[in-house]
Amino acid sequence: MYIIDRRRDASGKSLGNRQRFIRRARALVRHAVREASKDRKITDTGKGGEIVVPVDGVHEPSLRRSSKGGTREYLLPGNKSYIEGDAIERPPSGGGKGGASADGNGEDEFRFALSDEEFIDLFLEDLELPDLAKRQVMGEGKEQPRRAGYRSSGPPSSLSIQQTMRKSLARRIALRRPKVEEIADLEAQLKALEEEGGHEDKILEIREALKKQAKRSIAIPFIDPVDVRYRRFEMEPKPVAQAVMFCLMDVSGSMDEHLKDLAKRFYSLLYLFLSRRYRYVEVVFIRHTHEAKEVDEDTFFHSRETGGTVVSTALEEMIKVMHDRYPPGVWNIYAAQASDGDNLPIDNEKTVSLLKTSILPLCQYYAYIEVGREPEERRRSVEPPSTLWRAYDMILSPKLPMAMRKVRDRRDIYPVFRELFERKSNAATSGV
Amino acid sequence: MTTATAGRDDPLLFKDANWDFDTLSRIYDGVAEIGDELKLDIYRPRIEVITTEQMLDAYASTGMPLFYRHWSFGKQFVRNETLYRKGWQGLAYEIVINSNPCVVYLLEENTATMQTLVLAHAAYGHNHFFKNNYVFKQWTDADGILDYLAFAKNFIADCEEKYGQAEVERVLDAAHALQNQGIHRYPGKRQMDLRSEQKREHERREHGERLFNDLWRTVPEGQGKKAKKRTTERDRRRALLGLPEENVLYFLEKTSPRLRPWQREVIRIVRLIAQYFYPQRQTKMMNEGCATYTHYEIMQRLYDRGRITEGSYLEFLHSHTNVVAQPDFDDRRYYGLNPYALGFTMMKDIERMCVNPTAEDRAWFPDMAGNGDPVETLKDIWANYRDESFVSQFLSPAVIRKMGLFLVTDDAREKDLSVDAIHDERGYMRVRRALARHYDVSRHDPDIQIVDVDLEGDRRLVLRHSVIDGVMLEEEDAERVLQHLANLWGYEVHLTEENDKGDISTKHTAEPVHPFV
Repeated sequence: MYIIDRRRDASGKSLGNRQRFIRRARALVRHAVREASKDRKITDTGKGGEIVVPVDGVHEPSLRRSSKGGTREYLLPGNKSYIEGDAIERPPSGGGKGGASADGNGEDEFRFALSDEEFIDLFLEDLELPDLAKRQVMGEGKEQPRRAGYRSSGPPSSLSIQQTMRKSLARRIALRRPKVEEIADLEAQLKALEEEGGHEDKILEIREALKKQAKRSIAIPFIDPVDVRYRRFEMEPKPVAQAVMFCLMDVSGSMDEHLKDLAKRFYSLLYLFLSRRYRYVEVVFIRHTHEAKEVDEDTFFHSRETGGTVVSTALEEMIKVMHDRYPPGVWNIYAAQASDGDNLPIDNEKTVSLLKTSILPLCQYYAYIEVGREPEERRRSVEPPSTLWRAYDMILSPKLPMAMRKVRDRRDIYPVFRELFERKSNAATSGV
Repeated sequence: MTTATAGRDDPLLFKDANWDFDTLSRIYDGVAEIGDELKLDIYRPRIEVITTEQMLDAYASTGMPLFYRHWSFGKQFVRNETLYRKGWQGLAYEIVINSNPCVVYLLEENTATMQTLVLAHAAYGHNHFFKNNYVFKQWTDADGILDYLAFAKNFIADCEEKYGQAEVERVLDAAHALQNQGIHRYPGKRQMDLRSEQKREHERREHGERLFNDLWRTVPEGQGKKAKKRTTERDRRRALLGLPEENVLYFLEKTSPRLRPWQREVIRIVRLIAQYFYPQRQTKMMNEGCATYTHYEIMQRLYDRGRITEGSYLEFLHSHTNVVAQPDFDDRRYYGLNPYALGFTMMKDIERMCVNPTAEDRAWFPDMAGNGDPVETLKDIWANYRDESFVSQFLSPAVIRKMGLFLVTDDAREKDLSVDAIHDERGYMRVRRALARHYDVSRHDPDIQIVDVDLEGDRRLVLRHSVIDGVMLEEEDAERVLQHLANLWGYEVHLTEENDKGDISTKHTAEPVHPFV
């Protein structure tokens, strides 16, 4: 017999198998992630979590006897009152009786937990982001130290002399360590008395006092290890700042679920992008028809309104909220507007001027995405641009922090971002 | 840690729940002393202490210390991990492997009492069973298994490198789907080597010469012999291919026309490993019963001799009682017959009959009742039976009464289920026979055989499922497995399901969509 301690051995022997499994189920997992992110709040986009994969896709088939039909025998323990010949009502299928035979069909779905990274990775993969862009969305992971109080241990280089001395002083006062001046004073007195001569009692008394003082000075050190303080740092994502993200959406009847889903994906991606760069990200949802209203996320995506389409109302609402709660001096402001391009023609002028005078000067970035359906025939792809598009197109200039795109499919969402990244890298960290 | 190990002269093996490696080896010696008294015959154990994470790893590779890689093990791992992290499922205290040396994994979190229990259970109970039971002796090679697994792992890793993960995965998927059809259930006749073949030929000739009588030539040939000679083309073909053949993987490995050598080897690996695990399925209940009986006996004796404290004896009883609990059929916790409970109850009952038999026992088991040597009797049983034969020989009326076993028949054509036998004079034999059938693995696995190959036509492979009790194959699964089979075979595959009267009820067909070439 011999005993082996295996605990130190590398664990994670199954890592290879786990990777093979996720690769195998990749399409399914990606689909599950898509489904999951549909039900999630935008602010939860970046979190991992449990996903459910239909067991069908990772099923291992075998030739086995069916769990239905035929004649079966069950041998059960714990008979209480049955006697031979009794009839028992057939339990509803799936009831406990099947347990006696080991051929039960098992579960019909397979759930397991993904880590945050795995989840975001699959989420981004679903949007068909190129790798480089993925890295940009996720941020480079740059962190910088931030002062965060003091601690009692640390490297000499971060010793805080001021705090240490402060502690030491407090301790010296509390324990009544004799001050240097006091000793000097006594010594001076002694010297004076000795020169004078006589005063034997007094000299003795002062000597006694001096001796006591000297002992106290040794017993109570000037700086004790308990006084020493070091500066404490915390690593923080850089830049540390706050941002607010305005989601504007046209919810008139023409925006159907597909279009809303596209818009939601865009918002999710923008949120992910912002939450990696700013410490606090708040999201404001404003929906509009011919009038605009700030609502919560659920209402934003799921309730329908009827009415005309007046975009300027949403912009007015946004300006109002911005001035009320998010002063541009303190907040970085991002706005994303989704619409199918309809607007009341006479409103265009007002919209454009609002955008140009009141919003764009205060925004880090304003994104307009025009959601639509895949044109069924090639011929139709040359449809005339919508009224809103034409109106925005007029003010579009490289100097303005604004981008607009037509989005017909999930994979169109990314290019809108590319413009954002280009701007960011040119302007360096000016936004902070 | 010093408090954990009791002094050398102290009879106590350990004092509190903590243990270190000295304690562990002291515990092992204590357990071994009693194991030797019981004259248990074991492979030399190799005890390995592992963490929970490593236990999860071990779960994923069917408990084996090393295994080839496949996504299905990853699936297993992910599932167990999720269940464990959520607290829905605990982990086993140990895993033991039928190998020589016998590998026993102990979880580091076990208390000293649990380590004692687990060593008695696995290193002595299971180990003795592995080494002595005839099914294991016949079918598994405990000396070679670890080396073989290492070979298999390397071979498959090499293949992945040479032919790509996807290709290897495809073969493994297909082979895994058929692994229950990759088992030799009966020891066939062994292939002779050349020398013994020669010797036999020589002996035959000598025998023939001795008996030679020219008169035999004049005897007219009988009618029967003539009929026998008239073999059809079909019989010839079947004899040539060794049909019917129930080991589908074996047949594919040897005769599939389109597989490449490495693919045959992969199939062989899956087949041999399935074969290695087959005895465990046949003896699950006895194996656990044997281990539970052994640990109970050892712990009891350790306590009687004052080698474990009263506290740890209670801890042991608590854990033991949980293990052998059998909820009633109408209990919410009921999840089939607990093999630990049934095995332990039956073995305890055999012990009772050996020592203290009633008149009923003498009538039912005249050979065994009152022979006074329970351990030797049990050892004989552990060596020579499997679950099915064990139940059909040794399930006593006393156990049937104690557990309140009763037989319910479910005929899909009837409206209600009917109680066919209970624990009374009329029912004992029927309950016993039904329980034996319940443990008969060959009744759980469908009986599927390759019956013919159309060699001259389109090389169609024909399989037959002999339906028992009207229970057909799970249809969706059967289609998928057949698809895998068609890919491996490379040509069309047919599966018919017929009952014993020869009525064909269902036909499945599959064409290879993406054959292996």
